[in-house]
Amino acid sequence: MKPAPFSYVRPMTVEEALFALAQQGDEAKVLAGGQSLIAMMNLRLLKPRCLVDINRVAALDYIRQDNGTLAIGALTRQSAAETSPLVLQHCPLMTEAIQYIAHRPIRNRGTVGGNLAHADPTSELPAVAVATDATFVVRSANGQRTILAADFFVGHLTTALRPDELLTEVRVPPWRPAGQGWSFMEVSPRKGDYALVGVAATLQVKDGACQAARLVYNGVAGRAQRVPEAERALVGRHADEAAFREAASIASQRVDPHSDFHATAAYRRDLVNTLTRRALAQALARCGKRSA
Amino acid sequence: MEQEKVTVTVNGLRYERLVEPRRLLCDFIRQDLGLSGTHVGCEHGVCGMCTVLVNGQTARSCLMFAVQADGASITTVEGVGTPSKMHPLQQAFWEKHGLQCGFCTPAMLVTALELLNHNPTPSRDEIREAISSNLCRCTGYQTIVDSVEHAATLMRGGV
Repeated sequence: MKPAPFSYVRPMTVEEALFALAQQGDEAKVLAGGQSLIAMMNLRLLKPRCLVDINRVAALDYIRQDNGTLAIGALTRQSAAETSPLVLQHCPLMTEAIQYIAHRPIRNRGTVGGNLAHADPTSELPAVAVATDATFVVRSANGQRTILAADFFVGHLTTALRPDELLTEVRVPPWRPAGQGWSFMEVSPRKGDYALVGVAATLQVKDGACQAARLVYNGVAGRAQRVPEAERALVGRHADEAAFREAASIASQRVDPHSDFHATAAYRRDLVNTLTRRALAQALARCGKRSA
Repeated sequence: MEQEKVTVTVNGLRYERLVEPRRLLCDFIRQDLGLSGTHVGCEHGVCGMCTVLVNGQTARSCLMFAVQADGASITTVEGVGTPSKMHPLQQAFWEKHGLQCGFCTPAMLVTALELLNHNPTPSRDEIREAISSNLCRCTGYQTIVDSVEHAATLMRGGV
C-alpha cells in the first residue's frame, strides 16, 4: 500500500527540528532512517499528519569518545556504527549486536537513535543500551534532559520521550576491558528476521570468580528485559559451566515470553536458557581481550 | 496537494520533478522517471526487490520518500550495464543461470555490486550474507551465489 498524505518539514539544525516538533505536537513523527516508520506508514498502521525529516541535521551524525564515554549522535547510521573502530573499542557488545539488525541495505539507512526511539521489543540495540547502562540525551524547545536506558523503554513501541522531544545522543559509560567479557547472541527464523530471542551479556571475572554480570533479553517481553535474579546467581561463583547453567535456568524461569506464529512461549524460554549459557561461555572466553 | 521539488541524478542523468511528499522513491523511479527496471514487491522493506544504490549504498527504495533523495545520486539496474555492453555481473548471471523469472535480478545485481565494490574477493558465505536481504523464489540462491562468485573472478580480469 501507499502512505496517507502528510506535510513534510526538513530542518537543517537541531533547533529547527525542535521548533517544528513544538509547533506540531503529537501530530508529527520524527523521520530518521525510516526503516520501521515508512514500512508502518505504507501499511497504514501509522498516519502522521506531519513528518519532521532530520536526515539533513548533520550535527546529529557523529561517533566520539570523551574520557572513555562513547557518544553516538542519534542520526548515526547503523552501518557506520557497525564498522566504527571507536564503537568496537568502547562498546564491542554494540558492534556485535548491530550485525543482527535486519540486512545491510536497512542498516545503511537505519539510525542508532531511530532504532532506540522506535523501541521495538525484539530489537537488539535497546538490550545493549540497558546492558551497558547507557543514557539518552533528549532535547526539546524547552531544554534538555538525560534518561537512563532502563527508564527510557516503557513498553511495546513506547518510550519516555514526549511528543515535542528529540533523542539527540546515546552515551555509553566507559568500558574497562580488563577482566570483562561480552556477548550478543540471537536466534531468528531466518537471517535478519525479527528476533525470537536475543541476549546481551556482560561478565566481569577476577581470579576465576564472577564479580558482576548483566543479562538483558530482547524478544521476551514488551521491552528489553533485564533479569537481575540470574545475574545475582553468578556473583561470587566460580565462572564455569555449572554457574552458567544455573543462571540460564533461572533466567528461563523468570522471563514470561509470548507465543505467536513463529514460536511458542516454551520454545522462547528454551532459547533463553540455551543462549544464556552460550553467551556467558563466550563472554568468559573474551574476558580481558579487547575485541573478538 | 502540497508538492515539493526534487532534483536527483539517476544513472548519471539529472532529473527535476515536483512530487507529493508521500511519493515513495520506488514509485518515483518507476512512474515519474519511467525506469521500470527497479521492481516493487512487498512495499514494506521485507523482500528487497526495490533495492537501489543511493550515493553508492544499497537502500530499499520503498522505505524512502522521493523528496528525501533530493540532491542524491542514484544507481538503478539500468545504470549497471546495457544489453550491448553488459556489466561483468550481468555477464556472470547470464553464464551461471543466476536468474529464472528475473523478478529479483535487478535487486540482486545492485546488491552484489555494493558487495564487490567493498570486497573484490568475497567468500561464498560473504556472498550469501550480502544477498540475504533479497528474496528469490526461483533459484534456491545457489546459482546466484555462483554468479556473484564468477563475477568477482571476471572483475579481477579472470575468465
